[in-house]
Amino acid sequence: MVLIYIDHSEKEIKKSSHEAISYGAAIAKQLGCSAEALLLGTVNDDLTTLGKLGASKVHQLNNESLNNFDAKVHASLIATTASNLNAEVIVFAHNINGKAIAPSVAVKLDAGIVTGACSLPSLQNGFEVTKTVFSGKAFASIKIETPKKVIAINQNSFGIQNYDSSATIEEMNLPIPTASVKVTNVNKIIGEIPLTEANLVVSGGRGLKGPENWGILLDLAKALGAATACSRPVSDSDWRPHHEHVGQTGIQIAPNLYIAIGISGAIQHLAGVNRSKTIVVINKDPEAPFFKAADYGVVGDAFEVVPAFTAAILKMKHNE
Amino acid sequence: MNILVCISKTPDTTAKIAFTEGNTKFDENGVQWIINPYDEWYSLVRAIEIKEKDPTTNIHLITVGGPEAEPIIRKALALGGDEAIRVNSNSNDSYVIAQQIAAIAKQGAYDLIMTGKETIDYNSACIGSMLSAILDLPYVSLANHLEVNGNTATIQREIEGGEETNEVILPMIISCQKGMAEQRIPNMRGIMAARTKPLKVVDPVATNAHTSIKEFSLPPAKTGVKLIAPDQMEELVKLLKEEAKVI
Ligand SMILES: Cc1cc2nc3c(=O)[nH]c(=O)nc-3n(C[C@H](O)[C@H](O)[C@H](O)COP(=O)(O)OP(=O)(O)OC[C@H]3O[C@@H](n4cnc5c(N)ncnc54)[C@H](O)[C@@H]3O)c2cc1C
Repeated sequence: MVLIYIDHSEKEIKKSSHEAISYGAAIAKQLGCSAEALLLGTVNDDLTTLGKLGASKVHQLNNESLNNFDAKVHASLIATTASNLNAEVIVFAHNINGKAIAPSVAVKLDAGIVTGACSLPSLQNGFEVTKTVFSGKAFASIKIETPKKVIAINQNSFGIQNYDSSATIEEMNLPIPTASVKVTNVNKIIGEIPLTEANLVVSGGRGLKGPENWGILLDLAKALGAATACSRPVSDSDWRPHHEHVGQTGIQIAPNLYIAIGISGAIQHLAGVNRSKTIVVINKDPEAPFFKAADYGVVGDAFEVVPAFTAAILKMKHNE
Repeated sequence: MNILVCISKTPDTTAKIAFTEGNTKFDENGVQWIINPYDEWYSLVRAIEIKEKDPTTNIHLITVGGPEAEPIIRKALALGGDEAIRVNSNSNDSYVIAQQIAAIAKQGAYDLIMTGKETIDYNSACIGSMLSAILDLPYVSLANHLEVNGNTATIQREIEGGEETNEVILPMIISCQKGMAEQRIPNMRGIMAARTKPLKVVDPVATNAHTSIKEFSLPPAKTGVKLIAPDQMEELVKLLKEEAKVI
């Protein structure tokens, strides 16, 4: 059986977990077994609809206290459940919480783990999974040598599959270990799309000259419904908040569309965004290295190009 | 307070990524090595800041690697570690590495074990979480702020679209990222002092690897950029909608 861990926050299942369920269901098909999901805590989502993503069953430990994430407690409950259900493969989204618990679960189950996976396993010579390495600059095919396997799948690398079925819900009863982490405050930036979950991202670099010029970028992001990001010097200079910094030393993202405005495309920047499906570069310097990594490029002054781009998008949306 | 800081050696961020031996090994030819930036800039520097506030703090560094990791660990000592341990193993299996660190951690009464959020070569982000399971200690990952007061750590960690504050009773394990501290450059005094700081080499404990690397590959090169004139923005929108199908 393939067991997929469902991550959630504010009573909502994360998009990355939807993808993890579809990924786990595809592995279950390869192995000829069932794909079942595990939820710790409570959500507002209708759990039967997880069948549409490929889960035949949802095991739920229905306890409000588990809505506070505690890596030690969560990992322990997941490992116990995986053992009880005799799961062969345990799948996580390689997102913030997945990174915190998947390796713990692997240790507890004596399972080999591949994090940052980006493809279905190959079963030709045992069990091999491809993952991104060198910050997206290369791939490695990793063989898991143990009977049990843990895989954490990169966000936006498998997509969501549609199944015509519904999941059954099975409530579990397990003793809950004492909390090791006390959550004393949660500070969500309201109304903003989290970068790691965004399909569309508009990003700005030093070419925008200063924080006072960010309006044109924010207008474009708003027109598209995109999240915003920036290069390292921009966040280092406090033009934009730290959490927008993408690249080798910031966050790594893989949206469907990444629009880079006034960013030169240094190798450390590319390392954070090169897994994006489509890259658009707007830069006034035709020699900017970013053009080599781009799908579409506009050589021009951002202060003219970006407002025109925004206007063209609004026009397209208006005509839809 | 006793802090164990995990230090990994990684290729420089501009290193050419190429492979040898039938694409089974990273090509180290001409590669400059650095301390993994997350280990150095965020985790180690924060440990040093804690020691600056409370000079009774001991900072021990640990690296799992061959003799070629020594310049890296000396640099970390120059920045401000007190002593270092190198476990003489060249494994690249996260589980084996975590078992080595755990074996050392069990011998010292560490209040805090600190790692970077991931290494920039294998990007596995596994060690902290594995240590938590092996040592049965609390773990907070992707932390961008840490204060220690008595036996309580107050930590801010990243969550999707925001931040969360956690309180944890020590001992614990923490993985660090941007925001935690600012990069420092070692000074001459630190470099001189590092030469005589203790660097102990120990043999690895026997552990079986759970995984092995079979083959590396490079992503297909982009086919070439399609240039759109600055006054043709409607054309760009059309391409994104109809050709790339992303909006
Ligand atoms: C160890 C290490 C780690 C690093 N990690 C990261 C990281 O994680 N993320 C990151 O981003 N960087 C990182 N860097 C820094 C990186 O090397 C670059 O310095 C940085 O990405 C450059 O940012 P930028 O493109 O915004 O600025 P610049 O390189 O200054 O580029 C500005 C660009 O704007 C263009 N421009 C100027 N005016 C206009 C205009 N009016 N219209 C259009 N275009 C214009 C210019 O042609 C230029 O290409 C790292 C560096 C090191 C050494």
